[in-house]
Amino acid sequence: MNKFLIMVAQTYKNRVKSKSFLITTIVTVALIFALSNLQSIIETFSDVDEEKKVAVVTDNEGWFQSLEQVVSMNDNLTLEKYDGSLEEAQTAVEEGDFQSVVEVEQGEEGLPEATYYANKIANTGESDPVRQALQQVKVQYVTEQAGVDPAIIQQMNTPVNFELVALEESAKTAEELNQTRGLVYVMLFFLYFSVIMYGQMISTEVATEKSSRVMEILVSSVSPVSQMFAKIFGIALLGLTQFAILILAGYLGIQQSKTLGDGSMLEFFGFNDINPGTIIYAVVFFILGYLLYATLAATLGSLVSRLEDAQQLLAPMIMLIVAGFLIAMFGLGVPDSTFITVSSYFPFFTPLIMFLRVGMLEIPIWEVALSIGILAGSILLLALIGARVYRGGVLMYGKSTSLKDLKTALQLSKKEK
Amino acid sequence: MMLRLEKVTKKFGSFTAVDDLSLEIPEKQIFGFLGANGAGKTTTFRMVLGLLDQTRGEISWNGGDIGYDQSHLIGYLPEERGLYPKLKVQEQLVYLAKLRGMKKAEAIQQIERWLERFKVPEYKNKKVEELSKGNQQKIQFISAVLHKPKLLILDEPFSGLDPVNVEMLKKAVIDLKEAGTSIVFSSHRMEHVEELCESLCILHHGSPVVHGKLNEIKKSFGKKNVRVIADFDLAFLESIPGVTKYKPLGDGCELQIESEKIAQRIFKELQGKGFVRKFDLEEPTLNDIFIEKVGASYE
Repeated sequence: MNKFLIMVAQTYKNRVKSKSFLITTIVTVALIFALSNLQSIIETFSDVDEEKKVAVVTDNEGWFQSLEQVVSMNDNLTLEKYDGSLEEAQTAVEEGDFQSVVEVEQGEEGLPEATYYANKIANTGESDPVRQALQQVKVQYVTEQAGVDPAIIQQMNTPVNFELVALEESAKTAEELNQTRGLVYVMLFFLYFSVIMYGQMISTEVATEKSSRVMEILVSSVSPVSQMFAKIFGIALLGLTQFAILILAGYLGIQQSKTLGDGSMLEFFGFNDINPGTIIYAVVFFILGYLLYATLAATLGSLVSRLEDAQQLLAPMIMLIVAGFLIAMFGLGVPDSTFITVSSYFPFFTPLIMFLRVGMLEIPIWEVALSIGILAGSILLLALIGARVYRGGVLMYGKSTSLKDLKTALQLSKKEK
Repeated sequence: MMLRLEKVTKKFGSFTAVDDLSLEIPEKQIFGFLGANGAGKTTTFRMVLGLLDQTRGEISWNGGDIGYDQSHLIGYLPEERGLYPKLKVQEQLVYLAKLRGMKKAEAIQQIERWLERFKVPEYKNKKVEELSKGNQQKIQFISAVLHKPKLLILDEPFSGLDPVNVEMLKKAVIDLKEAGTSIVFSSHRMEHVEELCESLCILHHGSPVVHGKLNEIKKSFGKKNVRVIADFDLAFLESIPGVTKYKPLGDGCELQIESEKIAQRIFKELQGKGFVRKFDLEEPTLNDIFIEKVGASYE
């Protein structure tokens, strides 16, 4: 077997067996299942079947009937005319026969006025439907008094028809946009977390080999450059394994929630109806983003001699990805702003922001190609510099936590002949 | 299979770590590479292995460069011990052996043989961090020789080992030499070098101060040691011309003399003074040579 492959396999094997990998995978799978079955979970906890009974104390039979008519559309609420006195009704609430009691009286100008009694009034969610229903009854009463045709009232009450239509033919419809926004949002999170997680893994791998000093044996057997790329590909393979598991879990989750017949949370994020183009872009930008940050992480990892210092040196890289992520979050609302357009060409932001743009807008293909070109170029450049830094860095020991060491490492690896 | 360094110089910025070093390291021998701390030994090894590029000069092995395509022919025991602390002994050795171009099955077989030989077969499935320092070193040594290298570089192989283990490793080194491995090894322990090496080189501030075959070095050094044990006071010997060093011992003294002739003179001087229990003319030890050559320039 080729030495490069041996190292890739070793990196992969080591990590895949590690506890941290198992735990993160299991937790994420659990999370995906929870998310795809959120509807059922919420339903289990909420007491849907238990209808809330509200006692109504009023002298006006007409109002009660109107109220009941309005409320009848609400499944969770039933009204019951209480014939006794208000005091008796209140006792009934205290005893738990009713959830609450509402007294409807004739106030000024003959309009309905109500007082709502419940054991607790913290939850306005319970009293609101009653209040709204009464409001409607009042409007009905007033307009009737004014002699307006009930049909006109009906017309007044129906919501206005408001539709968004994009004139550009290729632009996404509002519906599509909402759907892709959910998808882009999830993808951005994925990209952000994986870059941080796998980037850290790579620099930890390199720093561990350095701090245990096994590095000197390794560099005497295999060239540092193939070592560096073996690390990057080994961890990439690990990432693929993890994603394969997660995607499988997601697929099963969707299938399961489909059989339940409910529109699940995943559907809300637009996962049930994914545009294949968006998926391809997601994969491409994901791979390129990973390579860019992984190369950077390996380079930085080779500079430190202790594991503790790796975190410190990685901080600027984390800042970059956090900045990219924040800009992307901002861009979800205004994907067509100039700021977003400009930052989508900056290679460290491209994977997040260009993906956001292609997901949310219709971008001419040359723009995407240009940004991918810039990104690929920077990866290549970073890999070249990284390989040289790595070559010198792995032999460098001592307290090194600053980027000045880059220079020292480059000097060490200088070809002098 | 000869390792040849020609006018090799390595500079780190303005600091010269190795200065105009020319060496010929013959094959199938043990070559001693000595020097004080920071003399440039490790830098030289790293250049030989191709980890560092020399600023000037040529390094060749069998007439060619040493590259990664030859790494299966080379074994390296670095001074800074390094193994994966969390990996099990066998797993780790198999991995390192595979990187040196060995097949897994063969590696496992060799690992068993070596662990058996070093009397630690029970460590096969232990994590390295659970082993004592001395035992870790045995594992490290195994990792350097497992793939039967033609050229073996041992940087301080015996440091931190107890005498029993030193003997065990020394025996292994000698066996490897007899099996045809060319070995370069560095040490601060002169008696080890004296015992194992046929040729050697003493490096001082990056340049060789002594270089050649051990017996020739001793001969050309000229100075010899005389050890006298007698019943009377020997302090007067110090004033004899040609005596360069005088070191009183419990019941006698040790003298360093410029040449063998001085020994005859001392012998005469001693006569008639009383009973002489011991009169011994010795070759200089490597320790004497090292201190003389390296220590002199400190003065």
